[in-house]
Amino acid sequence: MVQLYQVAVRSRLLLGTARYPSPAVLAAAVQAARAEVVTVSLRRESGGERSGQAFWSLVRELGVRVLPNTAGCHSVKEALTTAHMAREVFGTTWIKLEVIGEDDTLQPDVFGLTEAARLLCAEGFEVFPYTTEDLVVAERLLAAGCRVLMPWGAPIGSGRGLNNLFGLRALRAHFPEVPLIIDAGLGVPSHAAQALELGFDAVLVNTAVAQARDPVQMAAAFALAVEAGAAARLAGPIEPRDMAAPSTPLIGTAFRG
Amino acid sequence: MKIIVNGAVHETAAAELSGVLGELGFGEAVVSTAVNGEFVPASVRAHTALAAGDRVEVLAPMQGG
Repeated sequence: MVQLYQVAVRSRLLLGTARYPSPAVLAAAVQAARAEVVTVSLRRESGGERSGQAFWSLVRELGVRVLPNTAGCHSVKEALTTAHMAREVFGTTWIKLEVIGEDDTLQPDVFGLTEAARLLCAEGFEVFPYTTEDLVVAERLLAAGCRVLMPWGAPIGSGRGLNNLFGLRALRAHFPEVPLIIDAGLGVPSHAAQALELGFDAVLVNTAVAQARDPVQMAAAFALAVEAGAAARLAGPIEPRDMAAPSTPLIGTAFRG
Repeated sequence: MKIIVNGAVHETAAAELSGVLGELGFGEAVVSTAVNGEFVPASVRAHTALAAGDRVEVLAPMQGG
């Protein structure tokens, strides 16, 4: 189980809801992923089209918990206003806090992020900050009141996997008790398995599933990978070594001596 | 008066935010609102007076990652 503030979730795969070929495929993917938490957002609504209303009905029918994000926000002010709007619409104090600092990489503005996190935590929000693997920033976010961290694996939508293994391992080692969710940049299920093997508590995946040729099958594949990685972590992986170590016993080898 | 709703100019006869939402057909839709970058809770929309040039945001649930 992963403890996300007051809620313990069984599934270690959180799923984004954007960029699917259709609402039906999204719904099937959420089920195939066995996801208990999905991310959602807020966008301008047209009174005529009301596309957001249909989407919200769909998500409610899925019976999953929603984690609203502040995607697209580039300042503390924008993020705070979006968080307040999300809390009202979605009826949750959970907020995946994104404050973007650089458009090519969508790298978090960690200065704005820590400030926004401090203000939102003080207001009673349960903040899931989208951050880098930086240890000092992580420390500041925890001091601000965050109880979950969401470090990036790689830039959003890049599919590159865990870009900075050293940094991510250090983050895991420094904060052994903090729920850590790898958010962004995963491309294939083996990336997710690797994250869980390293001891991360969960992963959040969107583009890798939504843009796959068969999103439903890919969602199922990620679910298996996450289970495999978590089981491997519990089983205790061996340490890598530089030299070979024969796995077949040498005693009694034929043709020797 | 002219106000800006979701980035587009809107000529409104309403004096309060709730009236503008009615004009635009939001009715009972699940939306959240902000005026000039400040969140306006649903409970105070009827008492939120607007002035010419105000920037209104009307947001709804949308897909997100």
